[in-house]
Amino acid sequence: MIDLLGYGAFFLSTALIFGIITLGLNLQWGLTGLFNVGIAGFVAIGAYTSALLTTPEATDRVGGFGWPIAMGWLAAMAVTGLAAAFTGFATLRLKSDYLAITTFGVAVVVQLVALNAQGLTGGPFGVAFIPRPFAALQGDPLAFNLVNLGVIAAVTLAVYLALERLAHSPWGRALMALREDEKAAVSLGKSARSYRIQAFAVGGAVMGLAGAVQAHFIGFIAPDNYLPTLTFQIWAMLMVGGSGSNRGALLGALVVWVLWIGAGSLSSAIVPSDWQARAASLQIVVIGVTLCVILLLRPQGFFGPRHRGSME
Amino acid sequence: MSLQFLLDGAISGSMIGLGAIGITLTYSILRFSNFAHGDLMAWGAYAALVAVGAIGGLLGGIAPIGPLSFGLPLILATLVAMAIASAIALALDWMLFARLRAKGQAIIVVMASFGASMALRNLLEFFFTSSPVYYSNALQIAKPLGFGIRITPDQIALLAMTFALVTVMHLYLTRSQRGREMRAYAQDPALARVVGIDVRAVIRATWLVGAALAAAAGVMVGVLVQVRPLMGLDLLLPMFAAAILGGIGSVPGAVLAGLVIGLSEAAAVQFIGAEWRAGVSFVILMAVLLIRPTGLFGVTER
Repeated sequence: MIDLLGYGAFFLSTALIFGIITLGLNLQWGLTGLFNVGIAGFVAIGAYTSALLTTPEATDRVGGFGWPIAMGWLAAMAVTGLAAAFTGFATLRLKSDYLAITTFGVAVVVQLVALNAQGLTGGPFGVAFIPRPFAALQGDPLAFNLVNLGVIAAVTLAVYLALERLAHSPWGRALMALREDEKAAVSLGKSARSYRIQAFAVGGAVMGLAGAVQAHFIGFIAPDNYLPTLTFQIWAMLMVGGSGSNRGALLGALVVWVLWIGAGSLSSAIVPSDWQARAASLQIVVIGVTLCVILLLRPQGFFGPRHRGSME
Repeated sequence: MSLQFLLDGAISGSMIGLGAIGITLTYSILRFSNFAHGDLMAWGAYAALVAVGAIGGLLGGIAPIGPLSFGLPLILATLVAMAIASAIALALDWMLFARLRAKGQAIIVVMASFGASMALRNLLEFFFTSSPVYYSNALQIAKPLGFGIRITPDQIALLAMTFALVTVMHLYLTRSQRGREMRAYAQDPALARVVGIDVRAVIRATWLVGAALAAAAGVMVGVLVQVRPLMGLDLLLPMFAAAILGGIGSVPGAVLAGLVIGLSEAAAVQFIGAEWRAGVSFVILMAVLLIRPTGLFGVTER
């Protein structure tokens, strides 16, 4: 029973971290219509930034500056936000596809740096000994898991409230106006490019924060955590939940994560061991097909705002 | 210093260029960047692998041609692969892309291509696992060309094939009726409709040509490097970079830019280190987007 509670807390914490990333994507895509195919890259930037700043001094790479965790998280948001702002700056005066291609490139390059710049990122072995919040409680796994869940839930709530507030502020309304009718919004004196760069940067900062929170939750990061599958999962979460709705983003994250873990444990229970890798591939095929089916049949997702039912 | 990297760059550049033709055509005619294009390439390579096995089984062992590592079976299998990749592209368009295009949001089509790419790639991993395979185990002796450059017979044959395919492609787009219609539609879809161009035939031709060239490039990668499910994903960024550097819609531009990227990658491998190779296309992409977003031969979007 105690084990189950501990596992439940762990499971929920992971789902909430996905929820934070999905909230960031919802600002970029759901509110502003910016297509980000490099989510994994931005999450990784946040995770590595915070990890490098907060770990104890390391001999085999730069840093280990021993900063407090909260400072690491703020720095993760700042650095990831800047990276996203630059990506937006370079591409957002062009057609929207260029942003998609460039973010894809960002993810490739971040992966490359994480793998190869050993002196900065620890290479394929990643960064270990990332301080975990309330590490003093580690002796009691249940209390530790519950406290961590509390921390992550608080961060999620803070991000959710901030984004809700932003969405209903004049700034958020300008974003929506730009998405719905760019010509009309521009004629009212809104600079489309600058609003979009801001939205992309804030969304990126949220993703970076999620990456940092996850890094400190697990205590260890490696390049393998940030493969394209992550990007893909987040997209599935937002599309299932319904783009445009922050509540939908969180619910979608939870639903898709339950399905993902459920399908994973089901296949590890019934699929013979030499077919496990293949079953994992099939799992991604199913998610890919689901994403396409949702786009075709229910582009507003399951919890999305009703008034966007027709995409025309 | 050996100049071998120039040859290596030209060869990987021609594979990138062949793939980029499909990207640039889909982008200029169907108006979306197709993230599943690399996976059409991988599907082509695997289709050829299966076809080679089947043809070998039917006809018995056939000796390779002269000094090449492959013979008639692989040449036939490449044609089969081109047909299968085209069929997959047409099926995807019918099931997915055409329906989303009709809804009028271009970026939704891009997202669908991303979902399709994930599904296609993992389906390959499901059927063939992620371990690399080869068309042939034969070892090739590289012949010296002078200046310290060595070339294998396979490389000569495939460079010739690329040259032939690009020439045919160029003639098709500039001399044939359908090719002219494709270019007209790319320049002005509304006007093309008005003058009675069969839009559906143009779209079909775009997918057929793009997927067939992707499959050919996939087989080429398979012969010279190896066949694995991720081969298309790894080439996707170089192909996008080539299509944009060449100027969207320009076939000669895509091929030339493919060579530029191949050569720059090879130079990076030679002078910086092989592990940074994949970053080269990103640097080139960013430079083009910041300095000259229309690329070398592009025209301003209308």
